[in-house]
Amino acid sequence: MSFNIQKIRNDFPILSRKVNGYPLVYLDNAATLQKPQLVIDAIVDYYSNYNANIHRGVHTLSQEATDAYEAARQKIQKHFNAKESHEILFTPGTTYGINLVAHVFTSELKKGDEIIVSAMEHHSNIVPWQMLCERTGAILKVIPMNEEGALIFSEYEKLLSEKTKLVFVNHISNALGTINPIAKIIEYAHKVNAAVLIDGAQSCSHIKPNFQELDVDFYVTSAHKMCGPTGIGILYMKEEWGNKLPPYQGGGEMIDQVTFEKTTYAGLPFKFEAGTPNICGGIAFGAAIDYLNNIGFDAIVAHEDELLEYATKKLLEIEGLRIYGTGPDKTSVVSFNIEGIHPYDIGTILDKLGVAVRTGHHCAQPIMDFYKIPGTVRASFAFYNTLEEVDILVEAVKKAKMMLS
Amino acid sequence: MTIEEVQEELVDEFSMFDDWMQRYEYMIELGKSLDIIDPKYKTDDRIINGCQSKVWLHSELNDGKVIFTADSDAIITKGIVAILVRVFSGQTPQAILNSDAKFIDEIGLKEHLSPTRANGLVSMIKQMKLDAMAYQAKLNS
Repeated sequence: MSFNIQKIRNDFPILSRKVNGYPLVYLDNAATLQKPQLVIDAIVDYYSNYNANIHRGVHTLSQEATDAYEAARQKIQKHFNAKESHEILFTPGTTYGINLVAHVFTSELKKGDEIIVSAMEHHSNIVPWQMLCERTGAILKVIPMNEEGALIFSEYEKLLSEKTKLVFVNHISNALGTINPIAKIIEYAHKVNAAVLIDGAQSCSHIKPNFQELDVDFYVTSAHKMCGPTGIGILYMKEEWGNKLPPYQGGGEMIDQVTFEKTTYAGLPFKFEAGTPNICGGIAFGAAIDYLNNIGFDAIVAHEDELLEYATKKLLEIEGLRIYGTGPDKTSVVSFNIEGIHPYDIGTILDKLGVAVRTGHHCAQPIMDFYKIPGTVRASFAFYNTLEEVDILVEAVKKAKMMLS
Repeated sequence: MTIEEVQEELVDEFSMFDDWMQRYEYMIELGKSLDIIDPKYKTDDRIINGCQSKVWLHSELNDGKVIFTADSDAIITKGIVAILVRVFSGQTPQAILNSDAKFIDEIGLKEHLSPTRANGLVSMIKQMKLDAMAYQAKLNS
């Protein structure tokens, strides 16, 4: 279909609201994407018409809910080209998926083994690996980044050895927008038989990763970054790992037979899905994926690249403005500062003008330490943003600069 | 002047402005005129938590009155700090403890009163009151 921006904007009820008397210009898309009516309708439809617990009930509602939930899983499998639908595990989100892998990997590690993470991780995502290292005596190694905000691949190659058991890298940096070369990262890790977990929280609204082609071992993402609801995401776990690794949490759904002497676990994916899942969330996630595919990722990326290029050009015309994350491969995120002005001040003025951006360290304190700055102003664009909104942003930044300097 | 009188004075000053931009510009001016905290007090243990920007707050008791000095690395935050210093500095611990901060709403800066707001206005007021409480305890002992 052709890319009709006005039609797309009409799909998002929130985009027509006002903030502080100005039309909302929502440029905090890296934090969460807004929801199209179709996703909101899927949520309302579920609770209005077929809310029931799944996988056990013999009654009609339970069957309908189970079918819809499992259909969503298959939709997600197809979207990411996973080999099997049971390799798609529903989770409450990216952070949960990372913690799940870090937890079940305890049995795979011994003292002296090594885990490699990148220097541009969300800092909350470094913690599960530090905890894993404390439990097992494994050692955490960090791939450094350069001034442009890109990982130094040669340093990564040097870190890899037969001691490496797991590599954890984000697909796209939330603070800088850098797209990491994950295909090559996975290929090199596999040469030393290390497994790879990719954090796709930032990528899946821009890129359609192909799990089989990437040959990735684990991949996590969140629905809310893809126009779906909060509180639901997936962990892709390659079948061989799913069979090998022990369960994470105990509870309903994940069991086969239980006696007080011995419990046998259910097969994939249920082994890793203890308790009643976020049924509505899974179904709405499926609707969101349909929505994105209907627009088409090629069209999405083409439009976002245009926004990025235009915003970069216009913002750099402002004297004293510096952009962080200037590598050749980046997504529609502009992280910037103006010399002598605190990012928080800029963000506050922008909000008064109806422009929603993120300010601060973006939970990536190591990156801010690298550049020796307290934080940045981050404008992140989605396919529903317009060139006119970029102009509004640029004018608002100019106004803020005038007021604050 | 009592705390209430300073607050009324501020409400009067801010009532001259018709829109948020003028209010913010005035607040920024107030920030620029804030007496700079002695650098020796600009230490990590005087940073107030809950601020996306850094706020340093120092207090001392002088002749039964609490004297506050402060600074921030963000100019809007510094303006808010300046307003609070003007209201609370030079007052007795008891007066500070008995006061409220409703005037912030009246001068049109209500949005900064939300506890989730990253500038930590609420944390600043809390810290000022905690300091006052400590001095009050000292005076009573």
